[in-house]
Amino acid sequence: MMNAPILWIAVPFITGVLLLFFLRERISPLIAGSVVTILALIALFIPIDTALLLGSISLKISPSIQFFGRSFFLSTADGPLLAIIYGLAAIWFFGTEASGTANRFVSLGLMIVALLTASIAVQPFLFAALLIEMAAMLVIPLLVPIYQKPGRGVIRFLIYQTLAMPFILFSGWMLAGVEASPGDINITIQAGTMLGLGFAFLLGVFPLYNWIPMLAEEAPPYVTGFLLWVLPTFTIIFGLGFLDRYTWLRTSPQLSGAIQFAGIFMVASGGIFAALQKHIGRMMGYAAIAETGLLVLAIGLRSTEIVNVTFLMLIPRGLELAVWALALSIIKREVYSLQFNELQGLARKYPLAVTAIILAQLSMAGFPLLAGFPPRLALWQELAGQSLMTSFWVFIGMLGLLAASTRTLAVFVMARENTAWKLTESWLQMTMLGLGVIGLFILGMFPQVLQPFIVNLPALFIHLGR
Amino acid sequence: MLTEIVSWVAVGLIFVTATTMLIINRDWRISLGALALQYTAVFWLVTLHLPFVMGSAKLITGWMVVATMGMTRLGISTTDDDAEEFSLLHGGWYRLILMSIVALVTFGATTRIETIIPGMGLPVIAGGILLIGAGVVHLGVTSDLLRVILALLTVLSGFEILYAAVESSMLVAGFLSVVSLGMGLVGSYLLLAGSSPSETESE
Repeated sequence: MMNAPILWIAVPFITGVLLLFFLRERISPLIAGSVVTILALIALFIPIDTALLLGSISLKISPSIQFFGRSFFLSTADGPLLAIIYGLAAIWFFGTEASGTANRFVSLGLMIVALLTASIAVQPFLFAALLIEMAAMLVIPLLVPIYQKPGRGVIRFLIYQTLAMPFILFSGWMLAGVEASPGDINITIQAGTMLGLGFAFLLGVFPLYNWIPMLAEEAPPYVTGFLLWVLPTFTIIFGLGFLDRYTWLRTSPQLSGAIQFAGIFMVASGGIFAALQKHIGRMMGYAAIAETGLLVLAIGLRSTEIVNVTFLMLIPRGLELAVWALALSIIKREVYSLQFNELQGLARKYPLAVTAIILAQLSMAGFPLLAGFPPRLALWQELAGQSLMTSFWVFIGMLGLLAASTRTLAVFVMARENTAWKLTESWLQMTMLGLGVIGLFILGMFPQVLQPFIVNLPALFIHLGR
Repeated sequence: MLTEIVSWVAVGLIFVTATTMLIINRDWRISLGALALQYTAVFWLVTLHLPFVMGSAKLITGWMVVATMGMTRLGISTTDDDAEEFSLLHGGWYRLILMSIVALVTFGATTRIETIIPGMGLPVIAGGILLIGAGVVHLGVTSDLLRVILALLTVLSGFEILYAAVESSMLVAGFLSVVSLGMGLVGSYLLLAGSSPSETESE
């Protein structure tokens, strides 16, 4: 008899603590990567709350645990989601050594993923805001090395994430009041506004995303990439939980319109600003903003396909950001900053890293044959049925990202004549980048490989899929 | 009646400490002292809705945060951190006006909120709003790291007072304490970050 919350929350958290205090060797990424891979495989193959007979041994993972009077609950439907989360986390942890990031990344990263998994499991689900805040605080030591003065980006990140928590907790409490008296327009407006503000702070909705490009400029790229993957992913799942739980949120055309409006602003401004950057780290930040905007647009869809489209976007996002951030980390070890003038001609010295960056950028721009294309196509199809204007602004955002990737490519190949081509990346780096790039193509050309993961996810959100 | 009087005294203490942190904190020791006092007032207002033990946990957590930050700040040499010197001549009046606006908004909003959420109690609402307002104003006027953390802790305290009135779960109280403690630790880490090499050099 095992317990799901212990397995997917306590085990990675304790492993992270042990790695942090007792093991600072180079094998810690390997250990962390192996642990999360095993957890992903267990989530994929062993159903929660179902007895399995292995010879004479009966195996069952019980779904819940009581903790201070509240329960942490992971149902059978959570299995594929846990497999996705821990599978993507494995990619990040295995890439740590290749990126040259400090080993504490894996220990704190494990704790962060564990806390965010707890945010999915906690009942009542709105307490997740507290766990997300704790995870955000754990990211800080990763973003600011002890020898570096904290920049403005990290301080703003801390402020915004902290301000989000009270808004969400209060709105959750007010939403209960709305349910009790659905006709009270005032409470409904107040609760909706509070909820909107909370998620705006959490997700970095326009104009509250100014910390993202700042952070992308001042913090290590690999950690920034991890942050830009992990927090929005869980926040979106949290947001879907809200929509699923409260009928009036789901059925309100005004709220849906507001969500879509916020999404459009993020996609269009993220794409346009990405095209104007001269710092490739900031460019990654803006691309991540545009990508989050697409997720916001997906949860604002007035369609039964919300869950499918959202999760179809979440998986490639993790891979794209991992590949981009790993390649940036490799290049950053060579140059002082990631400004364009420092990167000229580096394609001849780091051909694989540059290829990975360009492909990740193109994938985020929704380029055909790459991982980002199928989910964007699915989203576009849904959006076009609702509003052509929205589709147009998404197109503008994607065009901005495409322009950004073209500019990046131009800078990287701007080498002096007669500069020889050489492979400077290590074997480990080449392997990790190669696998990442292959993954981008596989997800782009054969998106059906994701089907086993996402087919049962709508069961997580009982009302949204109807 | 006595409880009511003490509660309003706690609100007064909150106003004084928040104003001190915002306006007349030339010395970080005064700011941290004010924060420690503020946690005492928060403790009193929280225990109006939560059991004494849970309120005590919040008080102890708050004092631990103050101790952590104080010890960290003691270990850092005074350099550019004190560049943002406060006085009434240097933006002090502006801050005083801002704090007065917060007080006026609190005065106006308290009875309205009591009408919407009956049973919370006027001192609880006033204390909570005052702290949240003071924290937000503080965040708006400073970029100094220590003061940003103090402002965030102030906002969190205000929120804890209000949320204690609507949610008495032990898990939430525990998580909020962890968040406050985590904020103190993160603040200490950020204060230390970048200051270590200079210490090593002086050694």
